[in-house]
Amino acid sequence: MSVDAVLNIVLSGLLTGLVYGLMALGLSVIYGVVRIVNFAHGELMAVAMYAAVVAFATAGIDPLWMLLPVAGVFFGLGYALQRGLINPFIHRPEHAQFMLLMAVALILVNGLLVVFGPDALSVQVDYSLDSYALGPIIIDKVRVICASVALVACAALFAIFRFTAFGKAIRACADNLLGAEVVGLNVKHLYAVTFGLGTACVGIAGCLLSMLGDVTPNSGPAFTLLAFVIVIIGGLGSMVGALAGGVLIGMSEAVAGLLITPSAKSMLSFALLIAVLALRPQGLFGRSS
Amino acid sequence: MSFDRRQFNQASLGLGTVAAAAPAISRAQTRALKVGVLLPRSGVQAFIGQSCQMGADIAPEIVKQLNGVDIQLMNADTESNVEVARSRAEKLINDGAQILVGPFDSGAAIAIAQVAEQRKVPFVVNIAAAPQITEQGYKYTFRNFPTSVDLIRNGLALYRDLFQATNAAPRTAVFMHVNDTFGQANRKAIEAILPRLDYLPFKVLDTISYDPAARDLSVEVAKAKATKADFIMLVSRLNDAILLVRELVKQRWSPQAIMSPGSPGMYEAQFYKALGKYSDYCISNVPWYDPKGALTDRVEKAFNKAFPKDKLMYHALNVGFTFEAILIAADAFKRAGSADGTAIADALRKTDIAERMMLGGPIRFDAKGQNTTLASACIQNRDGKPVVVLPKASAQAAPVYPVPDWSKRG
Amino acid sequence: MKLVDLFQDWLTQSPARSRNALLALLAVLLVLPLGLDRYLTSILILVLYFAFVGQAWNIMMGFCGQLSLGHALYVGLGAYTSAALFHHFGVIPWLGAIVAIGVCVGVASLIGWLAFRFGISGTYFALLTIAFAEFTRIGFDHFGWVGGSGGFFLKVVQQDQSDWLNLRGGPTMFYYLALALAVLGFVVSALVLHGRAGYFFRAIRDNEEAARAAGVDTFRYKMIAVQLSAGLTALAGVFFAFFYNNLFPEQIFNMGRSIEIILAPIIGGVGTLFGPVLGAAVLTLLSEGLTHVLAATGHEIPGVKQILYGVALAVVIMFMPHGIWPRIAARFGFERQARPKTDASEQDHA
Repeated sequence: MSVDAVLNIVLSGLLTGLVYGLMALGLSVIYGVVRIVNFAHGELMAVAMYAAVVAFATAGIDPLWMLLPVAGVFFGLGYALQRGLINPFIHRPEHAQFMLLMAVALILVNGLLVVFGPDALSVQVDYSLDSYALGPIIIDKVRVICASVALVACAALFAIFRFTAFGKAIRACADNLLGAEVVGLNVKHLYAVTFGLGTACVGIAGCLLSMLGDVTPNSGPAFTLLAFVIVIIGGLGSMVGALAGGVLIGMSEAVAGLLITPSAKSMLSFALLIAVLALRPQGLFGRSS
Repeated sequence: MSFDRRQFNQASLGLGTVAAAAPAISRAQTRALKVGVLLPRSGVQAFIGQSCQMGADIAPEIVKQLNGVDIQLMNADTESNVEVARSRAEKLINDGAQILVGPFDSGAAIAIAQVAEQRKVPFVVNIAAAPQITEQGYKYTFRNFPTSVDLIRNGLALYRDLFQATNAAPRTAVFMHVNDTFGQANRKAIEAILPRLDYLPFKVLDTISYDPAARDLSVEVAKAKATKADFIMLVSRLNDAILLVRELVKQRWSPQAIMSPGSPGMYEAQFYKALGKYSDYCISNVPWYDPKGALTDRVEKAFNKAFPKDKLMYHALNVGFTFEAILIAADAFKRAGSADGTAIADALRKTDIAERMMLGGPIRFDAKGQNTTLASACIQNRDGKPVVVLPKASAQAAPVYPVPDWSKRG
Repeated sequence: MKLVDLFQDWLTQSPARSRNALLALLAVLLVLPLGLDRYLTSILILVLYFAFVGQAWNIMMGFCGQLSLGHALYVGLGAYTSAALFHHFGVIPWLGAIVAIGVCVGVASLIGWLAFRFGISGTYFALLTIAFAEFTRIGFDHFGWVGGSGGFFLKVVQQDQSDWLNLRGGPTMFYYLALALAVLGFVVSALVLHGRAGYFFRAIRDNEEAARAAGVDTFRYKMIAVQLSAGLTALAGVFFAFFYNNLFPEQIFNMGRSIEIILAPIIGGVGTLFGPVLGAAVLTLLSEGLTHVLAATGHEIPGVKQILYGVALAVVIMFMPHGIWPRIAARFGFERQARPKTDASEQDHA
């Protein structure tokens, strides 16, 4: 296999990985602060993808324009979900949290099936099949755009957590819950804000992915699993980790596809997950608790 | 109330007539065959299941016109799940189904076949390619669909016909297949058959299998492109076929053609809708209805009436084979003269239906319950429609090979 | 605790009500198939199957607190092992089951060792189990000797009699097999619950650090819990293989399967003895009932049933967090009175 074929593949894996990273980012943020494992993560993303598809199909709006509105709506959705449904479950045993979100996921997946039917849908804008050619390297245009947006979104989130007041308050909750409550922070509200931010990330990722691939009602669970693999490898609670994990998975899957049969490339991701869990459970960038 | 003699005589005459006619009436009343239709109407195969259901829905009316048999459909959803398929089959039989039809999926077919065998209820498979279904020695299962081996053999034969018709001689191919039940069965068949065919001189440079749930086929396509093969042999499903073509366009590789030796995807409505001009010229060698057949015409008319917003050509296999399955059931029921499972099964074994919708010889079953006379057609996409280009006798247009470059698509 | 001791304990300690109810239930289950049609028998088989596999999972989670979300792994391994031995070498399923148990215990030991040695617990442990299940699923997709993703089919020989040796037969035979498994699961669970190991399990579940501080060998007992649970689940796999006669990696190792397995015990009551059984019954009946109702009212839209399912699940989780069984047990007076409850942790009902 020639060098440029390999380069093409690795580069593609890198770009795809950045988008995966954005998808996982929301999960990481939520877990890092609220300590809830959101098993409905992928399903929420499927809803976002459908939202982008509907907007494009009915009004011809490019998903890139939908980013901010969807982020806003999903922020509200996440906030409401946390405040309304999930809050009482924070101190419940993990299997109870998991079951609740599983029920939510079940309702979402089948709600999508009832509303949209089983067909696969996606957004095909005019430039969907364009690519840039730099010598022997051919880069997918949409992938580049999505990767860039993912990076910007991550930077924005990072800025929020570092520089805004409520960002600092959220970090305080994560670092020392008791202390945060003692100094009078409204933890419930902050948790909900965090959930909202995480869900907003999912919304953005969904809009982007609607341009990269199809969505069916059954897309959710696969995304959930992928998000978890990335987040664990990168480190639950670390934003840089989510991105890094995404890139690592993206590139390793690409390489695995090259070296062994592509249908088994996910095995490598799971093997990596097992290795990370065994050797460094807090993930590559996580803090050991 | 009292009768006088004449009234009494007339009444008894009338009663006698009625009495004499009664058996005929009751026989006529029992002429409704209860057909249990098992299809995946929800779950991952929902789209195809709903498509097959269309064929089932329009069948009773046409069957009644053809041989006077009344069909009562009992529909059940297998939910794309093997266990559900099994328990639904049991329930249908419980509720009085006299014959089962379905289920599109090989795993479900085997499960249902077991139930059918135990309950001695005949089962006509509409679409399922795993060879094992008719290799179990069952007496109650019949399949009017080629096994993956026959499918591939017919498909590869059409490759030869295509190359001859277009004077092409490609030397290399790359084989890409989806890694699921269907793809694996086809791969095995290809690996067994291809080396033995001396009329196909091309070499398969690489075999690339991919995950059916993959959202991203960039690596697979890059690998395929690196082989620099002349054409792509593709065994796929719908979504991955769409992803694949998009990726080919993005990576700017135009093989001489994308040809399937026998798999779904490239002739389905969604494929055209999703890809537009890029869907053209893709080739699928699959069983198809005879576009010039009288029965096809009838079915198409019924289809258009029932589903005015849709077109039969986009559901060719699903509707065609489901319809034929019900036709076969009705025909056997008529010849058996009773609703007893064993009688119908025996009648099924002797099936010989000349007037049929799908391409191939008359519908007949061998000792294993398999129909071996089915033929495939070479379907090439043209202007967003599936068009029969081979065999010549049924062709609607001439085949094009090699196909135009992506950048030259109108 | 020995079986004899358990029996004695049961006779003396548990309230007469619960004893009688249990015996009555068993009697009913023994004679039921004689009067039922095959469809209802197959429904009951499903109930008993999920009751059994739920109890197996419960040993690990309910009693010892280790959340496994990849239990389908053991079902699949058990199924494939016994099926492969039967198909390729003619090994009868009873012997194949022993090998299957061995394989599953081995894999469980690996997972346990990997996890517990490094102190992985809770969410991370659950995710580890998912990873192993998925890894195995994709692996089996490529495992040609057992059919790969094309599926593995056992040769079915049609007989009207039941062949218990090779497990070939009709629904009635499988019903009694499933019943036997469910009873086995129940007895094993009871043994664990009331035995010494059970005390240690529960100590680990309620507060692992305190248990370790009190001198309990947490590593050893967690391993035992995981191995026992996996070994039992292997039998469920063997049953599955010989009942359905076809195996597909996509379906048997699927995460949806793992979730199916845990639904019954969670709804019924994690950590209780009868919870998984009740949960299995409720869920299967709910599922079939919903299908009937939807068909009858004409609302056969695909997906509606699952939505109602999800809502029912959410309701149970939100308002009956300990499951349905504890409430019912309390209402009918099935609880044991003897043991004083000193802490607020989950009570263990017989």
